[in-house]
Amino acid sequence: MEMKKIVIIGNGISGITAARHIRKMSDHEITVISAETDHFFSRTALMYIYMGHMKFENTKPYEDWFWEKNRINLVRKFVKNVDTDNKKLEYEGGGSIDYDILILGTGSKSNKFGWPGQDLIGAQGLYNFQDLENLEKNSSGASRAVIVGGGLIGVEMTEMLLSRNIPVTFLVREEHFWSIVFPVEESKMISRHMHEHHVDLRLSTELKEILADENGNVRAAVTNKGEEIKCEIVGLTAGVSPNINFLKDSKVEAERGIMVDEFLETNVPDVYAIGDCAQFRTPLPNRRPIEQVWYTGRMMGETVAHTICKEKTAYKPGIWFNSAKFFDIEYQTYGHVWAQLKEGEETFYWEHQNGKISFRVVFDEQERFVKGFNVMGMRLRHEVCDKWLSERRKVDYVVEHLRDANFDPEFFSKHESEIQASFNNQFPEMRVKVIGKSLLEKILG
Amino acid sequence: MRAIQLTGLGLFLTGFAIFLGSFFIGNYELTEEVLQSRVSDAKKVESFNNHGGEILGSSTSSSFAFVDQLNAVFESVNQAQLSNYGISDAEIEEILNKTASDPVKFSIATIDEVFSGSDEFSIYKAQSFKDYGSWLDGREFSSKEDLRQQIWQTAENVKKYGIVNQFGFDRYQIKDLKYSLAKASLTGPIAENPSLFIWLTYVLCIVGAAMFILSKKKLNGPPGIKNNNIFTSAMHHRGWLGILTGTFLIVFYVFLYFYPEYMTPWITTVDPVSQFLKGSEAGRFFLYGFIYTLCILVMGVRMMIKYRHSKYQMVRTASVMFFQTSLAFLVPEILLRLNKPYFDFKNIWPLDYDFFFDNELNTLIESGGLGIFMLGWGIGLMILGVPLFVYWFGKRWYCSWVCGCGGLAETLGDPYRQLSDKSLKAWKLERFTIHGVLVFAVVMTAAVLYTYWTGNSSFLGIIDSYKIREVYGAWIGAGFAGVIGTGFYPLMGNRVWCRFGCPLAAYLGLIQKFKSRFRITTNGGQCISCGNCSTYCEMGIDVRWYAQRGQNIIRSSCVGCGVCSSVCPRGVLNLEVQNEEGRYNRPVLIGNDSIKVKA
Repeated sequence: MEMKKIVIIGNGISGITAARHIRKMSDHEITVISAETDHFFSRTALMYIYMGHMKFENTKPYEDWFWEKNRINLVRKFVKNVDTDNKKLEYEGGGSIDYDILILGTGSKSNKFGWPGQDLIGAQGLYNFQDLENLEKNSSGASRAVIVGGGLIGVEMTEMLLSRNIPVTFLVREEHFWSIVFPVEESKMISRHMHEHHVDLRLSTELKEILADENGNVRAAVTNKGEEIKCEIVGLTAGVSPNINFLKDSKVEAERGIMVDEFLETNVPDVYAIGDCAQFRTPLPNRRPIEQVWYTGRMMGETVAHTICKEKTAYKPGIWFNSAKFFDIEYQTYGHVWAQLKEGEETFYWEHQNGKISFRVVFDEQERFVKGFNVMGMRLRHEVCDKWLSERRKVDYVVEHLRDANFDPEFFSKHESEIQASFNNQFPEMRVKVIGKSLLEKILG
Repeated sequence: MRAIQLTGLGLFLTGFAIFLGSFFIGNYELTEEVLQSRVSDAKKVESFNNHGGEILGSSTSSSFAFVDQLNAVFESVNQAQLSNYGISDAEIEEILNKTASDPVKFSIATIDEVFSGSDEFSIYKAQSFKDYGSWLDGREFSSKEDLRQQIWQTAENVKKYGIVNQFGFDRYQIKDLKYSLAKASLTGPIAENPSLFIWLTYVLCIVGAAMFILSKKKLNGPPGIKNNNIFTSAMHHRGWLGILTGTFLIVFYVFLYFYPEYMTPWITTVDPVSQFLKGSEAGRFFLYGFIYTLCILVMGVRMMIKYRHSKYQMVRTASVMFFQTSLAFLVPEILLRLNKPYFDFKNIWPLDYDFFFDNELNTLIESGGLGIFMLGWGIGLMILGVPLFVYWFGKRWYCSWVCGCGGLAETLGDPYRQLSDKSLKAWKLERFTIHGVLVFAVVMTAAVLYTYWTGNSSFLGIIDSYKIREVYGAWIGAGFAGVIGTGFYPLMGNRVWCRFGCPLAAYLGLIQKFKSRFRITTNGGQCISCGNCSTYCEMGIDVRWYAQRGQNIIRSSCVGCGVCSSVCPRGVLNLEVQNEEGRYNRPVLIGNDSIKVKA
């Protein structure tokens, strides 16, 4: 194989996955450039560093010797210009690097929607390592924080600040928490749980403006209801968007993200884009043009490596899945559960009386095959759910065999029989067999 | 609630301060009566009196000074007896003079000529030389110098093995006497009212700890993983408090194993408990077992509260609390009370490294049906219990459900689990050391059994079975398992011994690796490489390495504590027992249909 010079911008999950897989399959020269950190770390674990669950060192999935051993060059620079005509990258502060193949995996930046005061000291998002350092600085001595935007990062930031005993007011524009993703029941469960953790949750409330003190620090946040909330931190967590400013003078075509086809190729030959920063010209069915999830970034990295080293391969993700944790409640989803049922869809939802565990399945109204699962406070087996969804198993079969998908640790209370009974109650025409409890389950309650 | 927590902390620290202070409380007054009861040989008592009479009846305020005085007496007695009964250089000269020069041929009759006196010393000298040096009789030597060397060596052997033992105090007896005399000579408030000190130390500490732990339940909010601020805490991340705690533990173990004579006030404090349980006064290992069990119980309650969202952790913690309290602590003491052999039914060779020592075997064999049952039970656990249970449940059935060392690590040690080293280097070192200790234990036991059956102390011609068991006991049994194993909790994590040293863990681990249904499964493609699993793995396994590539985790060191699964924010890890088939799976990450991913 011809030795090529492969340069990857971005050392996040997509760029690093691409680098690792290229190395597995080839002897190409690989260079990974990042302005953020020297080494790859798990972005999703930033919150745990702030909360003291881990040190930065613990969030690195590979030890520092790994890169040299696998001949992956790491460069800590900021690329300010991409010259695709000469296949050359220019660094800020001088210097440049040539490439044969360029992979862009530059990730995201936090959204700012033009709020007055959004650039004050203390107003910040939480996406990269520098955000973490800023939060560390900004939060020392803070008496309250206001978080804006009801999504995953907002909850994480809330959890982080509460771990340092900084009270949080959480502004959510919508009527329900994370209502673009969650059906009402799940959304309400998380809202209740946040109240349990003493989060001052304000639904249907928007940020109007952030006020400064005489030194340019955040002093207060003003809501659209005219309330002024005294705070030193404003968390701007209303989503993220592709981090592509450095491409504005280049020939690489971009809209919100870098435009790619199904092979992750941009409009310029030998330039690929993967992960959060890529935008598909033609989104895959039921999927968004920009996918900003750990897993999709990883899969794009795997795919582009295959294209470069083996044969041209289209990005073809399998059945959708995702997971998260909201304070103490874990959430997993497989397939598609939309916030609002689509036409021709039916759903079954069960919630434990403690209000912290739930199971939802969405299925086709006519043919009854399953389309998606949402679980809270319990764990499902990815392999089994994936199989049921791809085999289009009928909902009654799935509910009856739910135990096969149980991934909770040993001795945990089992909920299948309760779920089955509730299902029979709701859908008597599909009556399923209810499994009994074993002796051990009875003993352990 | 915060006030209750602080009060609890205050009570605990007060109790602990009194405990530390009580180490120094009391005077030491040695009486004639105590001396006679502890040194049964009347002649030795007399020598002791001749050389250290002034110590009798006087009062010493520190254990260190008291032990120094005892040492001086023993030393002085030994010196005097050596000069009384030992063969002097002048006498060696005399023997040489009386030996023919050409050729230099030694005759044992010379000895009777030289030591012809009828006094006690001469008789002893003649007799002992014949006992130790009869083989010299009739031998020819190349020179007088050569013969002098042999005679001198013989005289030295008599001194070392004969005189000190018979008329003085050898090092084993000195060690015993220092402890037993100090224990019996203690006077003052603790000796007079040990129960009061139990209240002031243990009860105060337990009440304080309970208040602290129970109030945390309220303060830390709803059930769930609460590892907030662990890496900024001075206690949990090798800060000053952690280093101080580690130092205390190390010093405690050094005294316990090597210098118990200084800690008699602590031992005396628990005498009432010992009297209550087994009807005799406490020894150092009773004290140790008592503190050990209390730690597991109190910190076990903490563990259960901390992980109360996980029934696996609750049940598992209840299990270690039960096994420690019953089989490790109460049952053996009750057996002693019933005049039966001390026996821990859950301890297994080679962790129980002295199981095959001759004295242990003899005790069991001489104890009738129960003793034989115990012997069979121990051997059965070792050759059947271990492989069968590991096959069905994994090594965890022992290491994190039953074992005492594991029990302490999972309760007292839980706050330190994140300190274990996860590097590849540490893993390499671990495999070397733990299997090294296993080999050492096997060789040592083989040597001991060889001696037991043949009476010959030299195993394979090079290993002295008495020496090797002593070395094993001091360096591995006490040094590694105790001083380093527990003392290093706040420095290197709570499983230093289990990970780097325990030979039983090595044995269990080999079976877990090659023949077991146990594995930790990773859930499809859900891992986000956050690192919580690796960070909180007490065995230093880089769990994430496997999880992020969708591979089952099968490591000989895994004790199945289940904390990786508990701390995982995405529900990726699960401890499972399933068919062996497919256990060593190819790494598979579900979710990418573009290609078959080999992570």
